[in-house]
Amino acid sequence: MGDHHHGPAKGLSRWLFTTNHKDIGTMYLWFSFAMFILGGAFAMVIRAELFQPGMQLVEPAFFNQMTTLHGLVMVFGAIMPSFVGLANWMIPMMIGAPDMALPRMNNWSFWILPPTFLLLASTLFVEGGAPNFGWTFYAPLSTTYAPPSVTFFIFSVHVLGLSSIMGSINIIATVMNMRAPGMTYMKMPLFVWTWLITAFLLVAVMPVLAGAVTMMLMDIHFGTSFFSAAGGGDPVLFQHVFWFFGHPEVYIIILPAFGVVSQIIPAFSRKPLFGYDSMVYATASIAFLSFIVWAHHMYTVGMPVAGELYFMYATMLIAVPTGVKVFNWITTMWRGALTFETPMLFCLGFLVLFTIGGFTGLMLSIAPSDFQYHDSYFVVAHFHYVMVAGAVFSMTAGVYYWLPKWCGRMYNESMGKTHFWISFIGFNLTFFPQHFVGLAGMPRRIPDYALQFTDFNMMSSIGAFIYGASQILFLYNVIATIVAGKPTSEEKVWEGAEGLEWTLPTPAPYHTFETPPAVK
Amino acid sequence: MCFTVKRLYRLALGPVLMLLSLLSGGVLANDSNTSSVNMSPGVTEVGHSIFDLHMTILWICVIIGVVVFGVMFYSIIYHRKSRGVTPATFHESTKVEIAWTVVPFLILIGMAVPATSTLIEIYDHDDAELDIVITGYQWKWKYEYLSDTGQNVSYFSNLRTSQQEIYNTEEKGEHYLLEVDEPVVIPVDTKVRFLVTANDVIHSWWVPALAVKKDAIPGFVNEATATATEVGIVRGQCAELCGKDHGFMPIVVNVVSKEEFADWLAGKQSEAAEIAALMAQTFTLDELMERGKAVYDRNCLACHGAKGEGGVGKPIAGSPIATGELAGHLEVSIHGVPGTAMQAFGGQLNDVDMAAVVTYQRNAFGNNMGDMVQPIDVFNHKKG
Amino acid sequence: MLKLSNNPTIDTVTKLVAVAVLMFAFVFVVMVPLYNVLCDALGINGKPSGEAYTAVPAQVDESRVVTVQFVATNNENMPWQFGPSVTRMKVHPGAVNDTVFFAANPLDKAMVAQAIPSIAPSRAAEYFHKTECFCFNQQPLDGNSSAQMPLQFIVDQDLPRDISTITLSYTIFDVTDMVNGSVAVR
Repeated sequence: MGDHHHGPAKGLSRWLFTTNHKDIGTMYLWFSFAMFILGGAFAMVIRAELFQPGMQLVEPAFFNQMTTLHGLVMVFGAIMPSFVGLANWMIPMMIGAPDMALPRMNNWSFWILPPTFLLLASTLFVEGGAPNFGWTFYAPLSTTYAPPSVTFFIFSVHVLGLSSIMGSINIIATVMNMRAPGMTYMKMPLFVWTWLITAFLLVAVMPVLAGAVTMMLMDIHFGTSFFSAAGGGDPVLFQHVFWFFGHPEVYIIILPAFGVVSQIIPAFSRKPLFGYDSMVYATASIAFLSFIVWAHHMYTVGMPVAGELYFMYATMLIAVPTGVKVFNWITTMWRGALTFETPMLFCLGFLVLFTIGGFTGLMLSIAPSDFQYHDSYFVVAHFHYVMVAGAVFSMTAGVYYWLPKWCGRMYNESMGKTHFWISFIGFNLTFFPQHFVGLAGMPRRIPDYALQFTDFNMMSSIGAFIYGASQILFLYNVIATIVAGKPTSEEKVWEGAEGLEWTLPTPAPYHTFETPPAVK
Repeated sequence: MCFTVKRLYRLALGPVLMLLSLLSGGVLANDSNTSSVNMSPGVTEVGHSIFDLHMTILWICVIIGVVVFGVMFYSIIYHRKSRGVTPATFHESTKVEIAWTVVPFLILIGMAVPATSTLIEIYDHDDAELDIVITGYQWKWKYEYLSDTGQNVSYFSNLRTSQQEIYNTEEKGEHYLLEVDEPVVIPVDTKVRFLVTANDVIHSWWVPALAVKKDAIPGFVNEATATATEVGIVRGQCAELCGKDHGFMPIVVNVVSKEEFADWLAGKQSEAAEIAALMAQTFTLDELMERGKAVYDRNCLACHGAKGEGGVGKPIAGSPIATGELAGHLEVSIHGVPGTAMQAFGGQLNDVDMAAVVTYQRNAFGNNMGDMVQPIDVFNHKKG
Repeated sequence: MLKLSNNPTIDTVTKLVAVAVLMFAFVFVVMVPLYNVLCDALGINGKPSGEAYTAVPAQVDESRVVTVQFVATNNENMPWQFGPSVTRMKVHPGAVNDTVFFAANPLDKAMVAQAIPSIAPSRAAEYFHKTECFCFNQQPLDGNSSAQMPLQFIVDQDLPRDISTITLSYTIFDVTDMVNGSVAVR
């Protein structure tokens, strides 16, 4: 036993060979933050170029590389790994397990990520430039007409997929087999539930993405014609396969965010989560619906009217379980005793902005009006409301919420609140005007625009710089906390927090729950 | 505490209120069919239906939003710990949960009804009086009018905005990036069917005022229809990322009276016949020089100067290209020089004009090469 | 539930790996063929059947006239001159109709082309039967030569009443390299 209780190894090898869920979680979180900064830097280039009409800073070809890499890095490098990091840290602590079920695989699934993104980013410096076909990489722009770096891109996507699948298998195996005695499924914290469902989605759809890029690879290098009309293939097939992956993918991003919010709102409302069961069922229904609505991204490709109607109705249905979740969160707050520390502020920001994103999502689901919204800035505004204000805000909330537990030090509350308000204002200044320019007819992914879009684009760019700068404050606050935050040893850092993780000492020891806790 | 939070909320609302005021009063529209903050109903009946649908759904969302956020903010204001409340402990209610599952479902049905009828209206493509094949190219559009009798009329429509405007060395015009050399012309009050396809990658033909957005997919043909009810010019852009110059392939639609359209089409047809006849001809040097000067003055002079002395563009007089290999000169003129202000003129000038202007450049401004280019040479060069 | 191992973790992992592998295979063995079948059956994208239709004896509906338009598009880098000999025909449903497309190869080298048909409106695709079409095969053409390429078709009597015009579009692709590279063409 004694031998088992050693702390972490020293130096670089600790991180390289670690199988500890907390170490790996930490690495995931730092890595994803680095990617968030990188993807953010790409966004800053985009917004700087769009600050005013005319080409100023970059060439159109490079602009396309920026939009493509921004999307890829943010989705696959920042948001997804950040939630995997959170899962690594929290799931064992929440279900009373000593570690993840497959610690060694856990190490691999992290360590294949950094080289992959290095490879992807390095394509910026190769002949022909980085991928420039958008993060949705529609064929034939991404096959016949792609730069040579597309092969590296395909390889990267394969490795990312592998990493995600390994991570998901690990999470499912942990949740299914390593719960403490008495921790039944319907007692699991909602964050664990949403991740369990997310992990199943990942195992089901990441192979589909791998299939799509494999077909691209074969078309480019082995003379097949999956996506080329000349050989009897069909470019539209690519879009079907891509969105069969792509729609569940957006729920992969948002479901863990729902989980985080469902942990935090009850804590700061000092009241149990309202409608736990219905939250679980709503999550499951959203996951199920995500498989049967993919073609709502393709209303303009020329589907038969029956197809349009089917995808429209199915998509509208998603509003029901999503609405249930929002109502449940608000009812959780109802007649609680609310306080507004930074995690709660970010959750409230999430609630307002994600709901707005949900409304625009409902508008987009209406096929006839989507003919006007599709591929315009309205869509850009919509998915940033759900991706940034949805996923990133709740992720930020999660970091503030659990940071004291992780490092035994309290972050600076007023700096946290400042971070929230600057983020909130910067975010809305960036993306709210984009609804307007989109409705007024500005297409997405253009490096230059007509004069009538100038004012709102300028506003948008200023907002983006503010939002970007606020993340530096976040970074500073987190580092300052780890290095010199006010030490705390209270087990329950937050008055209203519930769950097994708050029964552990603060900071959480390197090894936890080596003997399973008793669950009431 | 309470005071600070309230003040902060007001602070956050600042930009939102600013935008709302823009929404209500600051519609910076140039003409009645465009708005800078909202979708425009455009110039078709279908467009009006879509606009009405859009506004209906938007207002339903706003109402739901006001209710939901109202409850939330009530809770934020009155159920705060600092007011000394004791938290309730309730955590479920089957009745409430059934209600807020069923009610949204009913609202959705209410939305689906007008959406379905509008969609069916959009999908009525039959009995069109005019068919136009639209082909997306990297990075321009080609329009081909299908004719009942005789020859189809077809031409390219290129961005007209100059590189100088784009790269900020000249002032930007009113229709910056939304202007073309030759617009697509359609008659008013006529059901026009667009058959949309592509030559290379996927494009998307989007004219908001016609309420048409259709993907142009290589190898396949998609259809869309529009019946414009007002005479005037409407503009749009490519909506699907199609490579480097995706942002530089605008669409301009000129809606004209039926009579004007008939005249225009007849003019186009005779013009096409004329060019076809000229194509087969062999010209003398003098004929080419005369035609070439006119083409030069229209297309090249602005950058290369009246005497070929250069300006934004390189000098033509004594230029190594204009006094070098013929093939090289044709290549630059037809395909342009990527990354510079020199555009690809191959799609903008017909082969007769191209032959003439190249001949002119080689023999004017003291270049005196003495050789000449015939339309067939241009044709052959284009075909590789 | 099926148990693959006594170690519950290995059991879970094995099943999940199997799911992942199956989903990867699903793309190739289910999604692609199913998509093609659906396209053929429903005429999605206006993609008509790629196989010759065997004419069944049927009555010609003299009372009804359908306009068939022909459109030709060259894909990028396809230098052939290619087009229909007539731009539109008025036909009776059920009747057998013949027309030709012309093609000319202006280059000095022999080339191979593939024409890809597409029909608008797409729901007419399943009612448009080609008994003979140059699009069924790749079309080789020597340098500096031209050819007349035949097309024979029947418009089905069951064509929905509200369709009065059918547009048949051919996009012609240069497949010389695909053929010469002796790469299997699907």
